[in-house]
Amino acid sequence: MTVYDIAVIGAGPAGLAAAETAAARGARVAVVDAAEHPGGQFYRHRPGDDGSRHHHWRAFTRLRDALKNVDHLAGHRVWHAEPGEPHTLHCLVGHADERPTTVRAQHLILATGAHDRSLPFPGWDLPGVLTAGGAQALWKGHGLTAGARAVVAGTGPFLLPVATGLAASGATVHGVFDANRPDRRVLPLATDPARAIEAAGYAAALLRHRIPYRTGHAVIAAHGDGRLEEVTVARLDRDWRPLPGTGRTITCDTLATGYGFTPQLELAVHLGCALTEGFDGTPVAAVDAAQATTAPRVWAAGETCGVGGATLAIVTGALAGYAATGARPPASLLRRRARQRRLAAALAAAWPVRDGWKSWLTDDTLICRCEEVPHSRVEQAIAAGARDTRGLKLLSRTGMGRCQGRVCGYAAACLVGAPERPDRPIAQPVRLGDLAAGDTAPIHPRAGADT
Amino acid sequence: MVKPLGGADVVVVGAGIVGAAVAYECATAGLTVAVVERDQVSGGTTGAGEGNLLVSDKEPGPELDLALLSLRRWREWAETLDTDIEYEPKGGLVVASTAAALASLTALAEGQRAAGVETAAVADPRTLEPHLRDGTAGAVHYPQDSQVMPSLAAAELLRRPGITVHTGLTLTGLTLTGGKITAAVTDAGTIPTGAVVNAAGTWAAEVAARCGSELPVAPRRGFVLVTEPLPRMIRHKVYSADYVANVAAGTAGLETSPVVEGTAAGPVLIGASRERVGFDKTVSVPVLRRLAAQAVELFPFLTDVQVMRAYRGFRPYTPDHLPIIGADETVGGLWHACGHEGAGVGLAAATGLLVAQGLTGGKPALDTAAFRPGRFGRPVEEAHA
Repeated sequence: MTVYDIAVIGAGPAGLAAAETAAARGARVAVVDAAEHPGGQFYRHRPGDDGSRHHHWRAFTRLRDALKNVDHLAGHRVWHAEPGEPHTLHCLVGHADERPTTVRAQHLILATGAHDRSLPFPGWDLPGVLTAGGAQALWKGHGLTAGARAVVAGTGPFLLPVATGLAASGATVHGVFDANRPDRRVLPLATDPARAIEAAGYAAALLRHRIPYRTGHAVIAAHGDGRLEEVTVARLDRDWRPLPGTGRTITCDTLATGYGFTPQLELAVHLGCALTEGFDGTPVAAVDAAQATTAPRVWAAGETCGVGGATLAIVTGALAGYAATGARPPASLLRRRARQRRLAAALAAAWPVRDGWKSWLTDDTLICRCEEVPHSRVEQAIAAGARDTRGLKLLSRTGMGRCQGRVCGYAAACLVGAPERPDRPIAQPVRLGDLAAGDTAPIHPRAGADT
Repeated sequence: MVKPLGGADVVVVGAGIVGAAVAYECATAGLTVAVVERDQVSGGTTGAGEGNLLVSDKEPGPELDLALLSLRRWREWAETLDTDIEYEPKGGLVVASTAAALASLTALAEGQRAAGVETAAVADPRTLEPHLRDGTAGAVHYPQDSQVMPSLAAAELLRRPGITVHTGLTLTGLTLTGGKITAAVTDAGTIPTGAVVNAAGTWAAEVAARCGSELPVAPRRGFVLVTEPLPRMIRHKVYSADYVANVAAGTAGLETSPVVEGTAAGPVLIGASRERVGFDKTVSVPVLRRLAAQAVELFPFLTDVQVMRAYRGFRPYTPDHLPIIGADETVGGLWHACGHEGAGVGLAAATGLLVAQGLTGGKPALDTAAFRPGRFGRPVEEAHA
């Protein structure tokens, strides 16, 4: 079986940059990615896409061209990353005809990206309430609009492309509500020409589509009989508690919410990589100056080691590509990383998640949607002795369902007051038959039952 | 500077199911109890267990007597506790694949019946488990085998008045006066007390050492696979009679046998593996594959069922596979209630009862000689394995 020099996991900005750099230095590279098309969440697109929905399209097409020099293993969902010499990626390929396969490589570059971070609020489980990234994926990936009357809420600059995307796809956007009031902490970002130009572009698009933009406001409840019909928007204090008497309702059929991003760290944990705090204080893979993790022959790039956007992802991906091929990176790349990391830190500081969101919850607001665990049961579990998300899971089933806590994990961690533990030995559901098919262990049918 | 936390008649170290049971029974006997837990309620092996209360897997002897006593106590708890602890007397079904395996299973069942276990020979196990594979030699049904949700049970037991739970607190040592305990020392202060119970499960050797004693308790790793939720396809705890030869195996290598059960919540749980690899949390893909292969062999329909997640735990292993229950023979006031290997949930209730009876000078409900902490002699090598 083929053993690659390097397997890059993820074909977003970081993964593509890593693959391009490593392949250019003569390495035999595989890019292993769950999606059918390269680009990740950031460059999500349709076949034949002309890039009109995208910023940075030229950067993407250049990176995509680099795939000509690597094995692009599309549609490969990694359910477990097993450290070794070589490392082994246990994958599933296909959908209705799903089958197991393995990819082996001496070196790994983790560029597994991040998923949308949600906060719960009354009614967030109604059909019609989407994550901001989910709404954007409908449009970027399928050319679909999520609905006719939309509201966008959450925090951070990412809300702007979501709102303009919804508008461009034909929805009427009745407001963008950012819970933060950006202050002087955004100034470092304003000095970045690329971001300033991008922000100006969004501002113009908001004006053109007549989309109201409010800071210090949030959607604190969604209402509807069986599906979303309206939302309650309120003005917030600095800590995100709603100010009394400021609530008003907006009729809508679509609500897109986004409170930042959570890196996907399962594979890093499988490989034994140490975690550390990212720009916003939540867990990320720890890396050194060369993007090396603490696990042997494993590097990480992009959001996996700190949510910072596509430019930082491309820079860290390239750096990981140099390091994994044993090459010295150009000094200019190191300077760009330092600058992009400062911007990412400024972004995290300017758009934090404040504790007051917990006051939006009622006793019966679901925290874990898979297992239908209401807020009251989470509080009972904390009172009964749960001290982290694992304890919450054991005492209330929060995070025990199909998504393994990916949707509720951040909120659960905030409620219990301890960081998330991305300990998911099986990162993707795998059929028992497929798992059994690889069984080669010597037979010792000898262990007993347990209690 | 250490500060007093408020005294208690007894300090229990560990808020797993055994510590909770000890605390509950001591409080029921009228003692005030402080529970010291360095992590959280059910944070150790209890949180990685399936919660079975089994008599089927125990050979006649002291452990089976303990299990039967425990089973009766669990039934009482299930009736008297306020919160639903998901107690379910679903019964166990032990399946033999060959005539030889059936013969030894039948002999075991006869001995168990003489000791008070309800057993019933089942010629065609598919009358009880319709989705079981074809062509087994036979089975024995154990209607007393039951299940609880162990984390919920521990939390509920610890809610009893008279118990104070300190999570995130680590026992660092004892204060002794004249060879007897006068206080438990923690990283956040001292707790004046005359008695300390070591219910630290897999970490009991470390706690014993901090208390100036020694115990041979070592971790034995196990993995559990959890499937997507299904309608009730598997009604009992079903496992292979292959185990008969060997719950008692002591080798360090991988040992597995199929243990498959449906749960009220829907997912099917699949075990069991045993490895002596220390506290290594690394996921072993070969072990997961082996568990899957054995489960599919027992229940062919599982082939197309998805595994959603997996978890691992560390059983508190002792050299003779019996728990350690009783007073320490050197440190006055120190008690041990640990080393239950994979049977801690099932044996917890009786363990709690026996420790409470011992601490209050009552007559023990059964002979505890086989569980004496001092039975291993010294020096003890296993504890440092």
